[in-house]
Amino acid sequence: MTVATAESATAGAELPARPRRRPSLAVAGLLPFTAYVAIFLGLPTVLAVASGLFTDDGAFTADNFAALGDPVILQGFWNSGWLSFVTAAVGAIVGALVCYAMLGFRHDGRVRSLIDAASGVLAQFGGVMLAFAFIATLGLQGLVTLFLRDAFGIDLYADGAWIYELPGLVLPYIYFQVPLMVITFLPAMTGLKPQWAEANLTLGGTRRSFWFRIGFPVLAPSFFASFLLLFANAFSSYATAAALSSQGSPIIPLQIRTALTSETVLGRENLAGALAFGMILVMAVVMGLYALVQRRAARWQS
Amino acid sequence: MSDSRLAPGRATKWIILLAVVAIFLVPIVSMLLFTLRSGEGGYGLGHWLGLGDPANAGKYRPIWTGLGNSLALAVVTVAIVLVLLAPTMILVTLRFPRLRRPFEFLCLLPISIPAIVLVVGLTPIYLTIGRSVGTGVWTLAFAYGVTVLPYAYRAIQSSIDAVDVKTLAEAARSLGAGWLTVLVRVLAPNLRGGLLAASLISIAVVLGEFTIASLLNRQNLQTALFLVSRQDPYVAVALALLALLFAFLLLLVIGRFGAGAKALAGKKNPTN
Repeated sequence: MTVATAESATAGAELPARPRRRPSLAVAGLLPFTAYVAIFLGLPTVLAVASGLFTDDGAFTADNFAALGDPVILQGFWNSGWLSFVTAAVGAIVGALVCYAMLGFRHDGRVRSLIDAASGVLAQFGGVMLAFAFIATLGLQGLVTLFLRDAFGIDLYADGAWIYELPGLVLPYIYFQVPLMVITFLPAMTGLKPQWAEANLTLGGTRRSFWFRIGFPVLAPSFFASFLLLFANAFSSYATAAALSSQGSPIIPLQIRTALTSETVLGRENLAGALAFGMILVMAVVMGLYALVQRRAARWQS
Repeated sequence: MSDSRLAPGRATKWIILLAVVAIFLVPIVSMLLFTLRSGEGGYGLGHWLGLGDPANAGKYRPIWTGLGNSLALAVVTVAIVLVLLAPTMILVTLRFPRLRRPFEFLCLLPISIPAIVLVVGLTPIYLTIGRSVGTGVWTLAFAYGVTVLPYAYRAIQSSIDAVDVKTLAEAARSLGAGWLTVLVRVLAPNLRGGLLAASLISIAVVLGEFTIASLLNRQNLQTALFLVSRQDPYVAVALALLALLFAFLLLLVIGRFGAGAKALAGKKNPTN
């Protein structure tokens, strides 16, 4: 036994001369980043889910997951899903239109770089500042609110201050969804080859037949992939909603906030973990679909 | 380059563009006019001038603290990107080409893990960090490094794909350069477009971050804006406008830089 280990140890000391030592050094080079990602991405994700699965004493419990069946929480997931779906759909369609318009501008021109920069900024704009913008626009004293009231006698808030509730999130969300669509969909749009349009014309097609027979089918996977990305983006968005609605928790991220800041909700500990687990499940399904569709979309992009 | 067969008509493209731009300008203009409102229903520059007024210094102090914290966080986050992420990406390209796909998956993963979910798991981690390293605000940068990972990865990877990293590294090595020299003096200058873009987008993301800071009870620019908006909404909106303008200029610089690099590549390669 001891002889064997001693032998292998000496063998190990002699062997690494050429092929072994350098790869092991290179592998060591991967370590810092791997450790970093493990601690600040892997561990928090595991902890978030685990805190829903275990009690504070470390015993396994499915109790918290029963909370996912609670009507308030089901309503939260439904609201989140509905809000994400609507804003992703509107964002995808309007964003695709902008991409279509962009085909008419030089790709290295001034308009294009302005739109690129503006999309980059506005897609990241979500959060406190976006909430300010919409309070200044559609708030009770907002520019558009006052304009509609003074010019047309329309009272936006006859039924109450909906801007601070769920419907009030739709417009702000669309405001960051459209630019994100422009960023993600534009590469697919500019990937349409002029040769295809020429081939279509040579074969006697029209501009209309180009779009319906070639353009839309080729772009459909990319469009759907972008839509899924927009959905995921809205679903995971927290800051805008947090700044706009300080009371009530219509959507899941806000319910997580409530669960984190107040000790017990619905008489359950670690509810935040269960909610986080629910969110991860939804995101996993959406992003899994995204990967599938994206693979198909890549077929036409070179 | 715009092809008349594919592209929309002159009128169509301008109508779409102007309509969308006009709608998107409404909230921005509203913010601007909001900051110009004066107490008696008129308009004036009062709120902007009040920004520099020493009498208000106490009221606005959270903002300067928050801005300082956010800038420090941006510096540490960029350092993580440049010192930790970029060398690892180069290492993967040179020595572990097979790991490229898994590595990409790893880097893009934070897109699918909402920040609010990360916060749930980060809370206990930051309790530990608080006990061992301290509760300094800069520690948040470790979490931000993860949030910016997908953006930084994309920017750097597109640069790596455009440059023949392998040949450059081998040439430098055969001329007797050590790995550090290869990394810092040969590869970094060639990848500077991607590294710059990655740094700028990281700065933009860090300056706009609210979720993690607010739920971990740290002060940054966004939490300070939120705090001050409760007392003085005009100033909060004015500063938000400035932040927006700053981010826009930042991205315009990235875009121009990228377009310049592409134009240069196009000149070198006339078939393009």
